[in-house]
Amino acid sequence: MSEQSLLLEIKDLHIEGRADETWQPIVKGVDLTLHRGEVMGLIGESGAGKSTIGLAAMGFTRDGCRISGGSIEFDGINLRKASEAKRRGLRGKRIAYVAQSAAASFNPAHKLIDQYCEAPLSHHVMSREEAEKDAVELYRRMRLPNPEEIGFRYPHQVSGGQLQRAMTAMAMACRPDLIIFDEPTTALDVTTQIEVLAAIRDIVEQFHTAAIYITHDLAVVAQMADRIKVLLKGDEVEEADTRTMLATPKEDYTKSLWAVRSHERKEQPLAGPGETPVVSLRNIDAAYGKAPVLFDVSFDIHARRTVAVVGESGSGKSTAARVITGLLPPSSGEVLFDGQALPTGYQARSKDQLRQAQMIYQMADTALNPMQKIREIIGRPVAFYLGLSGKALEERTRELLNLIELEPDDFIDRLPSELSGGQKQRIGIARALAAEPRFIICDEVTSALDQLVAEGILKLLDRLQSEFDLAYMFITHDLATVRAIADEVVVMKEGKVVEQGRKSEMFQPPHHPYTELLLSSVPEMDPDWLDRLLAERAAAGTEPA
Amino acid sequence: MNTQAVGKALRTAPPTAWFGMIVILAYIAVAFLAPVIAPYGEREVVGQQYLPWSAEHILGTDKLGRDMFTRLIYGARNTVGIAFLTTLLAFLLGSILGLLAATTGGKLDQLLSRAVDVIMAIPALILALLLLTIVGTSITNMILVIALIDSTRVFRLARAVAMNIVVMDYIEAARLRGEGMRHLILREILPNAAAPLVAEFGLRFCFVFLSISALSFLGLGIQPPTADWGSMVRENATLITFGEITPLLPAGAIALLTVGVNFVVDWMLHRASGLKE
Amino acid sequence: MIALRLGLGLVTLFVISLLIFGAVELLPGDIAQEILGQAATPETVAAFRRELGLDQPAYIRYFVWLGDVLQGDFGNSLANGRPITDLIATRLGNTLFLALYAAVIAVPLALTLGILAALFRNSLYDRAVNIFTLTSISFPEFFVAYILIFLLSQTGWFPSIANVSPEMAFSERIHRTFLPALTLTLVVTAHMMRMTRAAIINLLASPYIEMAKLKGASPTAIILRHALPNALAPIINVIALNLAYLITGVVVVEVVFVYPGLGQLMVDSVSKRDITVVQAAALIFACAYVLLNLAADVLSTLSNPRLVHSR
Repeated sequence: MSEQSLLLEIKDLHIEGRADETWQPIVKGVDLTLHRGEVMGLIGESGAGKSTIGLAAMGFTRDGCRISGGSIEFDGINLRKASEAKRRGLRGKRIAYVAQSAAASFNPAHKLIDQYCEAPLSHHVMSREEAEKDAVELYRRMRLPNPEEIGFRYPHQVSGGQLQRAMTAMAMACRPDLIIFDEPTTALDVTTQIEVLAAIRDIVEQFHTAAIYITHDLAVVAQMADRIKVLLKGDEVEEADTRTMLATPKEDYTKSLWAVRSHERKEQPLAGPGETPVVSLRNIDAAYGKAPVLFDVSFDIHARRTVAVVGESGSGKSTAARVITGLLPPSSGEVLFDGQALPTGYQARSKDQLRQAQMIYQMADTALNPMQKIREIIGRPVAFYLGLSGKALEERTRELLNLIELEPDDFIDRLPSELSGGQKQRIGIARALAAEPRFIICDEVTSALDQLVAEGILKLLDRLQSEFDLAYMFITHDLATVRAIADEVVVMKEGKVVEQGRKSEMFQPPHHPYTELLLSSVPEMDPDWLDRLLAERAAAGTEPA
Repeated sequence: MNTQAVGKALRTAPPTAWFGMIVILAYIAVAFLAPVIAPYGEREVVGQQYLPWSAEHILGTDKLGRDMFTRLIYGARNTVGIAFLTTLLAFLLGSILGLLAATTGGKLDQLLSRAVDVIMAIPALILALLLLTIVGTSITNMILVIALIDSTRVFRLARAVAMNIVVMDYIEAARLRGEGMRHLILREILPNAAAPLVAEFGLRFCFVFLSISALSFLGLGIQPPTADWGSMVRENATLITFGEITPLLPAGAIALLTVGVNFVVDWMLHRASGLKE
Repeated sequence: MIALRLGLGLVTLFVISLLIFGAVELLPGDIAQEILGQAATPETVAAFRRELGLDQPAYIRYFVWLGDVLQGDFGNSLANGRPITDLIATRLGNTLFLALYAAVIAVPLALTLGILAALFRNSLYDRAVNIFTLTSISFPEFFVAYILIFLLSQTGWFPSIANVSPEMAFSERIHRTFLPALTLTLVVTAHMMRMTRAAIINLLASPYIEMAKLKGASPTAIILRHALPNALAPIINVIALNLAYLITGVVVVEVVFVYPGLGQLMVDSVSKRDITVVQAAALIFACAYVLLNLAADVLSTLSNPRLVHSR
């Protein structure tokens, strides 16, 4: 690849963002060199500045951001010095963009084909007829169903995975030299992600397009990129070709990223046959209005055990949690707590029944009242359930903060907005602990967090479980998380339990076909994983349409 | 918001917001100090009718020979005071019911929302005129009628704001904790709804103020001899066609205060929207 | 979907007629006694009650009243006994004329100014327009009206009293009613323009707008092709809201300019407590308001592909 010509050269790029009336640095001197036909993976946690750099490669900054230093040269054109009209002439024609959420990035008012044709027409690349014909060809190459017809639908009539492929086709419309992929599969379920990844990789190869592939998922970038650049808080950590980077990372930060998935909880032995489960779901059916969402769901959760409930969006895993908490009374079946049936609605439950089962939410941002200080957020359940007040309340609150490894003096008078994502999630844990419960539902508690932070949360939850003999129900779509924390696994699909059992059995063949599909769809850190998987599926005849 | 944040907000306030705040403060001062500032009594006949501007009567006299300047000063007390009282009433009624409807949901919400839909399906001024015909025109009746009609608008907003808060996980957490309605509304929802509600109070005040002025102007609101800006315009309107500016002054006084409040509200809403643009 | 909206509109109209009829029932005291005065003998009062149908139960009178109204018969004025339909006929035409006159100027003007303000947001133009419109929505209608009279009528160009008659020529009518129409235009344009701007700017933070920018679309294309179609529903509602507002604004403006419209009649009747006339006028204004909102509802449903094209 070394003999290929230079396409994009970014030198010493500085970008600032406006916050509280001052300019704060977001990108602090990053270099990036990209040759024709090369795919560069930009990887980093949130706040690394990867999207900002991706947009800057198009000479674009979001409102409230500005490029404050460095140079961006695209095929000999200085994007910083070029006029806005000149930059506009490049965008969509020679440099294209694929956004994270296709559902939000397609204009809901226009048909897909109209949005496809916009760039080719406004850049005078081809006529409407040519563009439409070309669109069908690209839709076919992106393996979209009904390529002749799909363009004439509105965005809301097309599924998320298909939209993402349609957006890639749209980016290809003018056969650009460079495409920026900004987390294109992050919003998708794992089984859908595979198809999109495969389609994107093929089309980029076929047209020999250069690409910048932005993601936080190492395993994904391993499949897509020729070279990987690791970013941290607006600075470059290191860059190398993909295989070297995966095999022998140099910097400590990179090594720690690579090591994240190594945490694994020691599986607890199964509970004895005479032991009553803390929580037990018996033949639960539930519906939202008239639409049924759960069908005959049964599973048990014992003290000191973590049951991971796994499934993709729409599988009913969160609904099961709503049934347990009493937010959604089931249409039939019952929830037992310590062998006793709980009233179906939370309003009918006693204070003590409510206290025993607590919940930790996915989005710590919406789970903590933004107008209350930590003191009140954690102190309220203590006062409410245990009747503590004054000095005793203060002491207990501080004790809880110590338990979640936050310094009480420093944190007790802060507002949630003054905390980082991981700290907020810890406060959510403390609030659940404050009730001194026996059972906690963890609803995707790590999925909004960066991997290193998530790791810390998982370890904390592990420790608290053994310290207080807690039973956990862990809702997640991420099999890596399951591997890390579960004792038992419940796999759900379309409102039904497909398979359940001990974790060690679940990860060993033979699997239920759906479990098999889920397991095999999780990207692995091996650059050959996608090829191998596609080959295997083709051989087995299970390759998705 | 703490004092530091308020200080910072004030320092960065645009000139229009400053203008608005000064205007509002000036009106409040005039309303409280009316007897001190005004040279004559509110209803006192002090000379000939329609006297021109002079040292004795800086703005001349009205059609009954009362001092215009004096009545303008007292108008701040009467017109603004009544409008403020009406807004407060509308606000208490509307926001309490709105928050309650959003938090409780179910039948109560359905009932209140449908009732409000029906009232809002009739234009406000028309409904006010209809109701005033039935109950008769008096200050108390006008206050009650306008407060009732306006509380429906407050209800809509309070309910909408609270609906956005009610779906938050922290509300779910509080419900699952077993918290009562009082705690939910006062401790969990209200602190988060306060900012938009305060801005709405400003907007509602403007609307009520203009409605009351319009009714008084039509002769159906505040009645003479109480000094009131709306009816002052009506009483002396004939002079305008002769090129006299004096009758416009009470109307200008109404406009100036409304402009001031709107400027302040505009700034608050702009700040609340996070200065996105 | 649309049938549902239309049905809902009918229900609303029905409930409003019930409300307006019922409100009059709440009138304290006996209408017949009130009209005839304390001096009337019980016999004359009883006779008059029969004439008004007051001896019938309320629900029967409601349906009789509703049936009459649907045939264009609003009953007689309590103040002078004349048929209300005669009183209203020409006045309703005059009011509609004035509202239409103002709307024809205000709607295109406000939409253009609003779209321009969104396009050049945060420019000097935008800020000046913001201050100007914020000021003019703060003015009471009668203030705007008198300022216009003060400024424009003394020159003799436009009359300050808008007395029109049915046989008047169209151009003469336009000239006579120019000042009231201009007053309404000024008041309504400011509202409508601000809401149009806000509706468009609300959308500019959407990811699909960023996508359009990254496809190289020009600022004009972004506003017209990408923001405007999605802002249609809010803008249609803005127009309906303001046309409905014109209906009420008309009341005050008619009084200022002594314009022989429905609003002026209503205000006069309120002071006379001529309840049957007020009832009729309120019903007409309310129906116009509901129908406007209904039309806006249907149109904005039609403008949303998500509601028109099912999955």
